[in-house]
Amino acid sequence: MNLIVEREKGLLELERRIDELREANAQQPVDMSAEIRALEQKYGEIQREIFGAMTPWEKVHMARHPNRPTSADYISQFAQFDELHGDRHFRDDQAIVGGLAKLGDRAIMVIGEQRGRDTKENVRRNFGMPSPEGYRKVQRLARLAGRLGVPVVTFVDTKGADPSAASEERAQSEAIAACLYEFTISPVPIVATVIGEGGSGGALALSIADRIIMLEHSYYSVASPEGCAAILWSDASKADEAAAHLKLTAQDLQRFEIVDQIVSEPLGGAHRDPAGTIARVLNAIELALVELSAMTPDRLREARYLKYRRIGAWETQRLEAVRSGP
Amino acid sequence: MPDWLRHRRSKAQESEDAALWSKCPKCGEVLYRRDLAANMWVCPKCAHHFRMSAHDRISTLVDGDFAEIGNDVLPGDPLKWVDKKSYASKLVADREKSQLTEGVVCGFGQIGGYDVALGVMDFHFRGGTMGTVVGERITLLLEEALRRKVPCIIFTASGGARMEEGMLALMQMAKTTAAVARFMEDGNIFLTVLTDPTTGGVSASFAFQSDLIVSEPKAMIGFAGRRVIEQTIRQKLPDQFQTAEFLLEKGHIDMVVDRHNMKPTLTRLLDYAAQGRRRMESVGA
Repeated sequence: MNLIVEREKGLLELERRIDELREANAQQPVDMSAEIRALEQKYGEIQREIFGAMTPWEKVHMARHPNRPTSADYISQFAQFDELHGDRHFRDDQAIVGGLAKLGDRAIMVIGEQRGRDTKENVRRNFGMPSPEGYRKVQRLARLAGRLGVPVVTFVDTKGADPSAASEERAQSEAIAACLYEFTISPVPIVATVIGEGGSGGALALSIADRIIMLEHSYYSVASPEGCAAILWSDASKADEAAAHLKLTAQDLQRFEIVDQIVSEPLGGAHRDPAGTIARVLNAIELALVELSAMTPDRLREARYLKYRRIGAWETQRLEAVRSGP
Repeated sequence: MPDWLRHRRSKAQESEDAALWSKCPKCGEVLYRRDLAANMWVCPKCAHHFRMSAHDRISTLVDGDFAEIGNDVLPGDPLKWVDKKSYASKLVADREKSQLTEGVVCGFGQIGGYDVALGVMDFHFRGGTMGTVVGERITLLLEEALRRKVPCIIFTASGGARMEEGMLALMQMAKTTAAVARFMEDGNIFLTVLTDPTTGGVSASFAFQSDLIVSEPKAMIGFAGRRVIEQTIRQKLPDQFQTAEFLLEKGHIDMVVDRHNMKPTLTRLLDYAAQGRRRMESVGA
């Protein structure tokens, strides 16, 4: 049950009534515009009340909203996209979409985690949880981007890596570890955007990057709130409490200097204005690429090293030592 | 027992040592603890490998002295985490219990005559979870190993990323990866030895990024926890699942080596790498 979907129900009903009244108003002599204005005002108040100050747990639900734009929605707004398939070993994991693309007139490699919009698509895409072969496809595309010299753009949106027996048998750990390594040594600019769920190592595998962008109501966490509650308190139902502890919102992560930039969402979430949200995200990515494209591979890698090197080395003295380099 | 070990051995270890007997969790055999310690914490009856403290393990590996680094890097409480207990008080309790300052001990010594950088994780401190300090110490170890141009060996034992440090903990996977990549690109050998258990954020980063992956017998190794998988697939997994032997059969690791053969095996592996490095240097590569 998605909290946001539940809360939206009343609002959507109100929206429908306002539309009906407007239509009726246009076709009859009695002026109802005062009534409409009153309803609109009420609508605005409720909307601000529900979405004005969301708790971390509510944001997790927003990130999981079934109508929230997915990687494919972002990719569909690229000027060009040629999808590439498979890990060259085992199969094509549909929880990962990727390929060569044009963002504006810039050639890039785009790689995204892809959940489904309905049950049927979710089954095909394993609910956006990549298997080892998905992460091996990611590695292959990242390597190819490096060979071709084109920047990499990733979209992060997963509950986490697939936790099945089959994925363990095919070395999920190694697949993720190798993804981290591949992006770390990549000679081209990398821009990662968390558009929905940033679930643990499965999300990290696509977000070793020179710039990390997050949508306002997406989350990024060491473990899913349910998983964290299960691990610490053996009680997954305390997920809301875990969400509050984990500091998983975009705003928290910007304070920790893990996230570089937050892209705002309309009141009510990205799905209330997909086109506008997608345009703002793509614009932010393009601006980041303009900046990064001027850097040589060596400088890129050096800056990337320092970006991650300083995380958690927060004592001032040590930070100084890290910044001044080895 | 060397001096550095004597005053670093944990209180818990000593009080446990004082308890004369210990029961093997595998075969149920009641064992005289002094015999067990002398046998590298391996059950003489069924060869079960007990989880070992970092300092005890180091003493079974290094030839002589061991010079620790990074032990001045100590945990903070970046998220100000408080649930039933505060994270700060959990750290104090674990420090008492394990006599360790954090979940990994790093330093330099010799194994079979070869200079090495050695990192040993210890499950007794917060389940060997990787937070900012574990990530920082391992990074410092790899950076210093790169500077000294010596091989690096890390023994893993970890329940994964440390929840109480949130995303700062997850980001240690990225940080250690960056250090591993720099170290490996310089051409020296990086070895990992996976001990029971090695899971989550540690298995999905440096544990599986090395040149050679060795494991102790029956060690539990995997990304997702057994319970999570059983809930997902709604059935019980076979006992063998996620053991070192299972991973060996599936082709994920190079070898399973028991504790008594660990030092000779590592010495041989270091020897191959040392010869290779000498040859490369002699041809000016």
